[in-house]
Amino acid sequence: MSPPVLALSNLSAISDRDRAPILRNVSLEVARGETCGLVGESGAGKSTIAKAILGILPRTIRVTGGEVKFEGADLLKIEIGPLRRLIGECIALIPQDPMTALNPARRIEAQLTDGPRLWRGLDATAARALALRLLDEVHIRDPDRVLRSFPHELSGGMRQRVLIAAAFALEPRLIVADEPTTALDVTVQKQILRLIRNMQSAHGTSVVFVTHDLGVVAQICDHVTLLFAGRVIEAGSASRLLDRPAHPYTRALLEACPRYDRPDAGLRPIPESVIADLYAELGQSGATP
Amino acid sequence: MSDDLLIARDVEVAFGAGTSLFGLAKSRVKVLHRVTIRIGRGETVGIVGESGSGKTTLGRALLRLIDVASGTIQFDGVDITRLPEAAMRPIRRRMQLIFQDPMASLNPRHTIRRIVLEPMRFHRVAASEADAEERARKIFARFNLPSACLERYPHELSGGQRQRVGIARVALLAPDFVLADEIVSGLDVSTQAQVLNLLKELSRGLGLSMAFISHDLSVIRAVCDRVYVLRSGRIVEEGFCDHVFAAPRDGYTRALLDAIPLPRIDPDWLGRTSGVEAVGEKYTK
Repeated sequence: MSPPVLALSNLSAISDRDRAPILRNVSLEVARGETCGLVGESGAGKSTIAKAILGILPRTIRVTGGEVKFEGADLLKIEIGPLRRLIGECIALIPQDPMTALNPARRIEAQLTDGPRLWRGLDATAARALALRLLDEVHIRDPDRVLRSFPHELSGGMRQRVLIAAAFALEPRLIVADEPTTALDVTVQKQILRLIRNMQSAHGTSVVFVTHDLGVVAQICDHVTLLFAGRVIEAGSASRLLDRPAHPYTRALLEACPRYDRPDAGLRPIPESVIADLYAELGQSGATP
Repeated sequence: MSDDLLIARDVEVAFGAGTSLFGLAKSRVKVLHRVTIRIGRGETVGIVGESGSGKTTLGRALLRLIDVASGTIQFDGVDITRLPEAAMRPIRRRMQLIFQDPMASLNPRHTIRRIVLEPMRFHRVAASEADAEERARKIFARFNLPSACLERYPHELSGGQRQRVGIARVALLAPDFVLADEIVSGLDVSTQAQVLNLLKELSRGLGLSMAFISHDLSVIRAVCDRVYVLRSGRIVEEGFCDHVFAAPRDGYTRALLDAIPLPRIDPDWLGRTSGVEAVGEKYTK
């Protein structure tokens, strides 16, 4: 078994303002070519973990312990210069909202060729050829026109395809996908999920997939880490966690999901006792840094 | 008197105003094409569609918030299609709207007290100021909102609390019809379940009629009796939820259902493309 591409161990962080814990001893591993789901409701800490991996934690969040190891190197200990190079070349992001991720004033060509020119030293012609190939790979039928377009001229699904192309441009070893389909219609979501899956297996990339949607998890993730209030509640293979959830919170969360195949689902809020137990556990575990 | 509280017949809505700068006729874009829907007394009806399908426009037309190009809207036996605003006013109390984003619909500079009491004052539903306050406290207790919330500002509440305030504000006016436009799409599933429960209880308790607009068929399934499926401004399917979800007749409805990922392992789901591509491509053009 090869070593994990990404390994978080006992990562803890607090808010600088009120010293409230944001992450509590979070550990997880992502193997090569695997998709690992990071799931939880708002405030669970899933985006904070994504930011920690990408080296873009806001100043208001302070890491108090633990490691974020990418291929053996602790990202938290590397100097900013080499860190930027490492993350720039090896880790990519597929963001949630393509409209804010793309610069509205620059054409797609400029935005797609930035990375390859900066990190791979390609000249304009080679970078353009690469961009065309990537757009073709994400099933954009008219890549020449799209390269000349500004972001607002493309539909939401198209923009997300462009960002997926950009994410794979440097053949990253790890991709962090932060709710990449939340803003899309379901039919487009399905296409984008399939695209991410196909690109990932073609390129052998590992993916950290942040989502609040257990349905998406079921269809795209190999492993799942479920978080609550900055703490790992349950982790395991997607099939095990969804079919045989061990923790009461996992079960309650599954019960709360509305689903069209079950008329009675979606009307069972998470019992207050389950939440109370969770907070009691948090207090006792002494995880508060 | 019919069992239907609200009936919209052959409603068409077009956007893009009359003439251009040089007096040339400008083409108007039709966003609803002969849409007919009815909402029975005490019934909750779902309106589902993807972005751009016209579901929000339809909701606004039902409430007379926008004018229709043709067709009629009848509320409790009265044709309100061209009713003057003064005559609309008493009807306005009876048809209320719960918004998608409570942060955008609750005035950030007003306390929750003012936000819930002002509409009651405007529509004169309470006998006195004290009576209004009393009613607000009662409904807050029922909605599991601490009465201390009354002194707070919207930003001090959680998302779920804000959405409950939005619903409480509407419930206090004792309307006959409520339009809920994507009211749970920004919420976590646990909060979503609370809000959906509340809504269901409200429609049962007050005998409310409700139009529930959503892009999410699973949510529709949880709260609605009947559903209308809207695509590009046309109704492509309608029927009781039990029938539509068990055996959708229209290809588009089927494609929408197929595209929803369910929280169970289904190794073939991603690969299945039954009709979904054809539908999706329209939107990614």
